Amino acid sequence: MTLASSARTRRRLTIRRRGMLPGFNLSLAIVTFYLSALVLIPIAVLTWRASAMPAAELWAAVSGPRARAAFALSLGAAGTAALVNALFGFIVAWVLVRYEFPGRSLLDTLVDLPFALPTAVAGIALTAIWAESGWVGRHLSAAGIQVAYTPIGVTVALIFVGLPFVVRTVEPVLRELDPVLEEAAAVLGASRLRTFLQVILPATAPALGTGFSLAFARALGEYGSVVFISGNMPLRTEIVPLLIVTRLEQFDYAGAIGIAAVMLLVSFVLLLLGNLLQAQRRRRHEGA
Amino acid sequence: MTGASPVHRLAPIAREPLAVRLLLTAVAVAFISLFVLLPLIMVFTCALADGAGPYWAALQSPETWSAIKLTLRVAAVVVPLNTLFGIAAAWLVARYDFVGRSVLVTLIDLPFSVSPVIAGLLFVLLFGKSGLLGSWLSAHQIQILFAVPGLMVATAFVTFAMVARELISVMEAQGPSEEEAALTLGASGWQVLRHVTLPKLRWSLLTGVILCNARAMGEFGAVSVVSGHIRGMTNTLPLHVEILFNEYNFVGAFAVATLLALLGLVTLLVKRLVHASGSRE
Amino acid sequence: MKTTQALILILLTLIAADGSAAADPTLLNVSYDPTRELYQEINAAFARVWRAKTQQGVVINQSHGGSGKQARAVIDGLEADVVTLALAYDIDAIAEKGKGLLGAGWRSRLPNGSTPYTSTIVFVVRRGNPQGVKDWDDLIRPGVVVIVPNPKTSGGARWAYLAAYGHALKTLGSEDKARDFITRLYKNVPVLDSGARGSTTTFAQRRLGSVLVSWENEAELLRKEFARDGLEIVRPKLSILAEPPVAVIDALVDKHGTRSVAQAYLEFLYSEEGQEIVARHHYRPRSAAVLARHAAELPPLTLFTVDELFGGWQKAHARHFADGALFDQIYMGSR
Repeated sequence: MTLASSARTRRRLTIRRRGMLPGFNLSLAIVTFYLSALVLIPIAVLTWRASAMPAAELWAAVSGPRARAAFALSLGAAGTAALVNALFGFIVAWVLVRYEFPGRSLLDTLVDLPFALPTAVAGIALTAIWAESGWVGRHLSAAGIQVAYTPIGVTVALIFVGLPFVVRTVEPVLRELDPVLEEAAAVLGASRLRTFLQVILPATAPALGTGFSLAFARALGEYGSVVFISGNMPLRTEIVPLLIVTRLEQFDYAGAIGIAAVMLLVSFVLLLLGNLLQAQRRRRHEGA
Repeated sequence: MTGASPVHRLAPIAREPLAVRLLLTAVAVAFISLFVLLPLIMVFTCALADGAGPYWAALQSPETWSAIKLTLRVAAVVVPLNTLFGIAAAWLVARYDFVGRSVLVTLIDLPFSVSPVIAGLLFVLLFGKSGLLGSWLSAHQIQILFAVPGLMVATAFVTFAMVARELISVMEAQGPSEEEAALTLGASGWQVLRHVTLPKLRWSLLTGVILCNARAMGEFGAVSVVSGHIRGMTNTLPLHVEILFNEYNFVGAFAVATLLALLGLVTLLVKRLVHASGSRE
Repeated sequence: MKTTQALILILLTLIAADGSAAADPTLLNVSYDPTRELYQEINAAFARVWRAKTQQGVVINQSHGGSGKQARAVIDGLEADVVTLALAYDIDAIAEKGKGLLGAGWRSRLPNGSTPYTSTIVFVVRRGNPQGVKDWDDLIRPGVVVIVPNPKTSGGARWAYLAAYGHALKTLGSEDKARDFITRLYKNVPVLDSGARGSTTTFAQRRLGSVLVSWENEAELLRKEFARDGLEIVRPKLSILAEPPVAVIDALVDKHGTRSVAQAYLEFLYSEEGQEIVARHHYRPRSAAVLARHAAELPPLTLFTVDELFGGWQKAHARHFADGALFDQIYMGSR
């Protein structure tokens, strides 16, 4: 859940508080200082350096075949992974909320693992599993499918990192769903599938959307878990964060800055999108 | 069933058939097993592939110890600072209304959506010799990039809002009535904070802190860009895993990875316990 | 308030403490990618020798990465006491762009142009050499997948590039034909890792490629580490004499007060013991005596130098590796 939506909710529920509780100035000072030093100024420097570059150079940095391939891969793999997570994450959330079975607690805990496990650890583990000699890789290899060092491997890693986002966003919504609605639909003769499509899905769609965009945003920027399994081949399995690092290592600052600026822009847009979806969900909720 | 939330109950008429329920459960379990459980098992299996001896040897090497100490040192600075910020931000955002508050809130969310590699690049542009502050820093003999302070700054950026996010949602949900009551009873601002707000927040504070800690200790991308890879000095545990992996020392790499995996598991367990206690109150 | 002050103090100590209060001098050796194992042994041996001589300990920290990348890190502020890089050009870059870090005459300060060991470029192939790779010409055959690192960041990659180009020049006769040769070679290269070690990992561990073009010492190490895979080394008829140099970074050793240790450290590389260690790690020692003792693993080869065929590194770099130069043109087209 993002903060912007809850902030808006709060304002609707209360009157202006300023002056009532002490500490406004101090907390504002701390927050502004820390935020500026750590976040605003660094981002401003990047933006300034990017805008100081001649437009032609900036364009060249992001439009060459290698950059385009990297963007295509990052966006494609992140999108695919987010979709897979949307589908299976929904199922996992459903199962966790509505069914009882042995191991439910364990499943619930495991969902959060991608959030708590360091990306480098995930990277080497996933590589070991999906490589040609790995536990899963060797079976797929027999069928002629190669996962590690291909775009499929990249997608697998991104599924891992985005997994908790959809599950944890959809879960509370599913839990809040009034059983009365579904029971009424059943009594009125609707099949379970119809109830699902016409009652449950619309109610959870905004949460699913938020979860999808969060998983997508996270997958786009992911570096640690992908860089081991991808093979890092330019024009084939090179993700955008890796391209930034490669450019930086070659001290092609202009190239690195150009791509980073575009990525930053995309991140902002996704953040805003996520916020808007959340706000819309809140408004719907209060309006209902 | 301790810690797991209660199951959402539907009247039998509205429930899906058993076959469907079994299928969905199987799919969910298979999905999580494949993508989450398997990697976890893999880490421990690979680490112990040569037996317990090489495993312990890998963990006791001096470079591993330096990496552990460095990781702890970075977390010891980053987590408290971000926690302090988190409390201040939660107080500010949840207890006041002012012009620009939603902008502030969006800005606080920002680092979360930025790729860790870009975070590293930001600080190279700021602190590198050819960066904005580069000449000023070398004139004053201050080393940030390729040294420990650089690691701290990059890690702080990446874990920036983790505590704040937890606290803000909870503080907003709880409302200011208790604090206001304390105020009318004559408490000063600090007393309200210490004796009313923080105790109420202790579970979310704990959750935020341990999540922030797990991420801080496990951060790879941002740190890799600013580190300089000086073995024994600016290599955190995740970077050390990469180095061992690249030196064909796979048992060693996975052995160190188990440390980090255990950290992740402990984090999850604590989070679970916190939720259990929190929901009991 | 006392606790707050104490906490702030602890925090500042954690941030700023760099252990420089330690009695033992500390050196940072910023090196190129494949020398990890070499310097592990050298550092231990040197520490022993230094303690025997001065009753003082010494701590040597290592950083490894692609040679070009490491040079730029030093220029960007990485505080190296000594650099042991893959080619003179990278150390020249530090002297030129490092704002007073190093004097321009660094090469003459140590014997053999400051290169205590040399190496060359060879091929590594899979068990049984299924594609029959014998020499440079085999690398441009269709279907042969060549693994070599990125010349923009890796020194080994630049030596490899010039070795291939030099071979083409000598056997085909003209610059145009050589250019065509090198273009076809890089068409067979699917991935460019940033350092030599990255390439060997790609070849050996990720099992990509049919032939790895790498340093001789890396190839030997690889054969040992992956003995179960039966990797074989193929030495081409003609290759390049690779001369990785070393240097003390003047400004930083003076700042750290480590000049005498740093100087002794580099001189140790030339000593009998140092040269033995070097040979054991499959680098070619400058000492003819030591080299003769290891003639079995380090057979004599026909090698040309950068000066001979390319007129030195400055010219070679400008022609091939600078932004927009030949390598950029053939590999990437437009970036």
